[in-house]
Amino acid sequence: MNVIKDRVEVAIIGGGISGVALAYELSKRGVEVAVFEKNFLGSGSTGRCGGGIRQQFSTEENIRLAMESVKIFERMKEELGWDIEYYQGGYLILAHTEEEVKQFEKNVRLQRSLGLDVQWLERDEINDIVPELDVEGIGAIAATYCPTDGHAYPPKAVWAYADKARELGAHIYEFTEVKGIIVENGRASGVITERGETRSRFVVNAAGAWSPIVAEMAGVKLPNKPYRHEIMITEPLSHFLDPMVISFHDNVYFRQTMRGGIIGGWGDPEEKPGFNFASSLKFITTMARLLRKYIPALKPVRVLRQWAGLYDVTPDAKPILGPVKEVEGFLQMNGYSGHGFMVAPMCAVLLAQYITGEPLSIPLEPFSVERFEKEVRGEVSVVG
Amino acid sequence: MSDDQEEEIVCRCEDVSLKELLEAIDRGYTTLDQLKRYLRIGMGHCQGRTCLRLAAGVLARKLGKRVDEIEWPTVRPPILPVEISKLAEVDERDKR
Ligand SMILES: Cc1cc2nc3c(=O)[nH]c(=O)nc-3n(C[C@H](O)[C@H](O)[C@H](O)COP(=O)(O)OP(=O)(O)OC[C@H]3O[C@@H](n4cnc5c(N)ncnc54)[C@H](O)[C@@H]3O)c2cc1C
Repeated sequence: MNVIKDRVEVAIIGGGISGVALAYELSKRGVEVAVFEKNFLGSGSTGRCGGGIRQQFSTEENIRLAMESVKIFERMKEELGWDIEYYQGGYLILAHTEEEVKQFEKNVRLQRSLGLDVQWLERDEINDIVPELDVEGIGAIAATYCPTDGHAYPPKAVWAYADKARELGAHIYEFTEVKGIIVENGRASGVITERGETRSRFVVNAAGAWSPIVAEMAGVKLPNKPYRHEIMITEPLSHFLDPMVISFHDNVYFRQTMRGGIIGGWGDPEEKPGFNFASSLKFITTMARLLRKYIPALKPVRVLRQWAGLYDVTPDAKPILGPVKEVEGFLQMNGYSGHGFMVAPMCAVLLAQYITGEPLSIPLEPFSVERFEKEVRGEVSVVG
Repeated sequence: MSDDQEEEIVCRCEDVSLKELLEAIDRGYTTLDQLKRYLRIGMGHCQGRTCLRLAAGVLARKLGKRVDEIEWPTVRPPILPVEISKLAEVDERDKR
C-alpha cells in the first residue's frame, strides 16, 4: 500500500457520507485533503442506513439543511457522474393523536414559510398516496406529505463523492485508523495514524458515532451518544410504494428500494447507549407486526436480512458543525442523530465554505457545540 | 479467461456475471463486504451461500491470497428468508 501524505491542508477523520462529501467540496475548491477511514468507505452508519431523504422537520435549522441538501441530491448524477438510485417518491408522515396533529400543523406552517411544498392530508385522503395502507387499523387521523422528499442508495452516494474527490486530487486512505490528533499551541495540526503522521492546517472530526472518542484525542468533550438502531429488508417485490412511510407514534419507518425490497426500521424506546451491533429478535418480531398492521398485503412477503447500525445522538437531535473553542482548527461534523445521510451534502458545503473563508450559505452558530452550555430546543420529528 | 467464461453467472439471485465481478475488483472493491454492497452479490434469496463462496475464490486469485485469508461478511439473520406473518407470531421471550 502507498505511504500516506505527510502534509495536506485538511485531514478528515471518517469515511462515511460526511467525510467524503467534505473531501469532494474542498477538492472542488482546490484545497488538498486526506480522508482517513479505519475500515472501508461507508462501513460505519452510512452503509447501514435507510437512505431516506426528507425535509419535513420541526426546526428551522434541520429544514434548511435538508432543503439545501435535496437541491444537491437532485443534481448529483450530473455533478458526480454516478447513479445513486435517487428517487423522489415523497415522505408520508402519519399523525395518530390530537397532540401530534397540533405539532404537525406547527411544523407545516414553519416548513411552508421556508418555501417547502408540503401537503396536509385528512384521514380519508391518506389512501390517495398509499392505497395499501390500513389507515383505520393503524389509527392514523391525519398525515403530511412532501412530494420532493425521497431516498437513495447510501453506499453509492459515498463512492460517488469519493471517486470525484479522488479525481480532483483528494487522498483517501481506507483501512487506516486515526490513533491520535496532534495539538500544538492550542491548534490542531495533524493526525497520527497506524501508517504514519499527516500534518494539516485543519482536522475534521467526521467519525460518526465514534466522534466523542476522536474528540477525546484532542482533549475535547462532545455530548453525543451512540445508540443502536436496527433495520431489515424483504425480498424484492414489483414497485408499488412510492413514498417513505413514517410514524413517530409507532417509532417506525419503511420504504421500497429501487430493487424492490421493503426496507424499514423501528426504534426501540428502551435502547440504551453503547456500541452494540447485535441483531435482536425483539426488533424483527416487532417490525414484522408493524408491517403486517400497516400493510396487511405484506403478510406473505419474506424477510431476507436484518442488521444494526449506530445513531450518533446529540441532546437536541441537531448536528454539531464547525469549530470548538478549546482547540483551534479542530472542526466538528457529527451528531446527526439518525438523519445524517440526508443533510451531510449541505453540511459539507458549509464546512468547505468555512475552511476557505467563503461567505456561509447558512450560519454555523446554531450548530456550534457551545449551544449545549445553554438550554436547547430539540428537534421533535425523529424516529428515536 | 475467455469471453464465454466471463459471461458466466456468479450470483443467480442478483444476476451478476463473472465479468462484472472482475471489473468491480479492478475498480478497487477488494473485500467481500464492498463487493456485496457494490454488486448486491449475496444479497438475494440464497443469502450468499453459493455466490459469496465463488466470489471469495475469484477475489483470492486476483489478490494472490488464499481463500481462507478473505474476510467473510457478517452473517445476517434470518439465515433463511422468513415470512412477515410468521415472524409477527414469534413470541420473543428472549428480550434482547
Ligand atoms: C439503521 C439506521 C437507519 C438510518 N436511516 C437513515 C435515513 O433513512 N436517512 C438518513 O439521513 N440517515 C439515516 N441514518 C443515519 C445515518 O446513517 C447517519 O446519520 C450518517 O450515515 C452519518 O454519516 P457520517 O459520515 O457522519 O458517519 P459514518 O457513516 O458512521 O462514518 C464515520 C466513519 O468514521 C470511521 N471512524 C471512526 N473512528 C475512526 C478513527 N479513529 N479513524 C478512522 N476512521 C474512523 C468509521 O469507521 C465510519 O466509517 C440511519 C442510521 C441507522 C443506524
